[in-house]
Amino acid sequence: KCKTLTMAEEVKLYGTWSSPFSRRIELALKLKGVPFEYIEEDLSNKSPELLKYNPAHKKIPVLVHNSKPIAESQVILEYIDEIWNNNPILPQDPYQRAMARFWGKFIDEKVLATRMKANFAEGKERELVTEEFFQQMEFLENELNGKDFFGGETIGFVDIVAIVVAIWFPLTQEVLGVDTFTEEKFPVLFKWIRKITEIDVVNECRPPREKHLAYVKARIEDLKSASK
Amino acid sequence: MATKVKVLGFWCSPFVFRVVWALKLKGVEFEYIEEDVFNKSTRLLELNPVHKKVPVLVHDDKVIVESFVILEYIDETWPQDPLLPQDPYEKATARFWAKFADEKLMQTACKSTWTKGEEKEDALKATMEALEKIEGELKGKSYFGGENKYAYLEIAIGWINYLLPIWEEIASIQFLDPKRFPAITAWKSKFLDNPLIKETLPPREKLLIYFHERVKQWEIDATIRELAETKLEN
Repeated sequence: KCKTLTMAEEVKLYGTWSSPFSRRIELALKLKGVPFEYIEEDLSNKSPELLKYNPAHKKIPVLVHNSKPIAESQVILEYIDEIWNNNPILPQDPYQRAMARFWGKFIDEKVLATRMKANFAEGKERELVTEEFFQQMEFLENELNGKDFFGGETIGFVDIVAIVVAIWFPLTQEVLGVDTFTEEKFPVLFKWIRKITEIDVVNECRPPREKHLAYVKARIEDLKSASK
Repeated sequence: MATKVKVLGFWCSPFVFRVVWALKLKGVEFEYIEEDVFNKSTRLLELNPVHKKVPVLVHDDKVIVESFVILEYIDETWPQDPLLPQDPYEKATARFWAKFADEKLMQTACKSTWTKGEEKEDALKATMEALEKIEGELKGKSYFGGENKYAYLEIAIGWINYLLPIWEEIASIQFLDPKRFPAITAWKSKFLDNPLIKETLPPREKLLIYFHERVKQWEIDATIRELAETKLEN
């Protein structure tokens, strides 16, 4: 809760502490110094506000700006960048913007699904999907090459989206006891992970490690027992 | 120096149509190159190594892929006849619904054509729910947002006007019941009457033949998957 909000400007974020989609919105708002009210949702008992603000998907995150709701994390990120144009997240040039949007989409629509499958598939399917995962990570590795961040010298749209790779991937891997996503295979990505997780505001917006570990362990147990 | 714009596409792809419609709306000249997506060219694989798909937009030496990414690039590069509204909130709304239609409507509608029994019922139900939400967005407007303010969204969702009727016929199902979806029906009629749209759409017969074959193939693929899964269980 922030006391510097005036009557004219009201920013609310409905999210959950463990969701990378929710956390990326917090990060964007913090990067731009936008005061906001954060509302933690219990996804097993969704608030009437959440259902009212996102009837199509009933999901977090939802940003509510002066009573107007916006849903879908990448749509929200673009909105934030347009309303508050200090510390821009997206580049100015249309082609660079297209590249940023392309990689953002690639991560959310392809990499996340492949990673999930690779973690839980078995036998031959696991082999194939893991290979696909490696190919996808190679593309990201090559995209970074020579740059500190996907955004260049400072973090940008793709970095913000890719934090799920920097923080959530290694953590899940630790819980599962697998070692597919390694520094040996992806030295450039791991260098980027080190750099981005040194940034204060990034660390302010990540789930606390112990709580996160416990949460991921519990979710994996649920998944395992559900499939029996 | 004249800029060169090329579009690599496939004759009936809804994703490719978005790009073609956007460029035509803005009066941007382009060269269209037909790709055989069942036998992909080296050119396509080189231009889109990550996804290996159409559409691909080539603008001078710049290559852009993914239809929504291309639409935004087109709108920012050629600002005449804007696709997206100026207001950030309205822009977000257009982007949200375009994504929604691809994720919730396209997959389920397609699935309704090749699945059977309970799976088909579920796919149909999900398609209707998605259409209802889009109907809600359209209500009271003849075009999305009125006066073509949401050209982006029309272009993004326009595929339903030429593809859904084809799938309806092939699978003997009904998606676009005019009584249930009066706003979509009114919009569909205006959309298909638009000369710009008319001149791009392939002949109905050609679409029917093509999708008849595709639906058969999707059914076969599903059966193969089922057999493979049964084998694994035994």
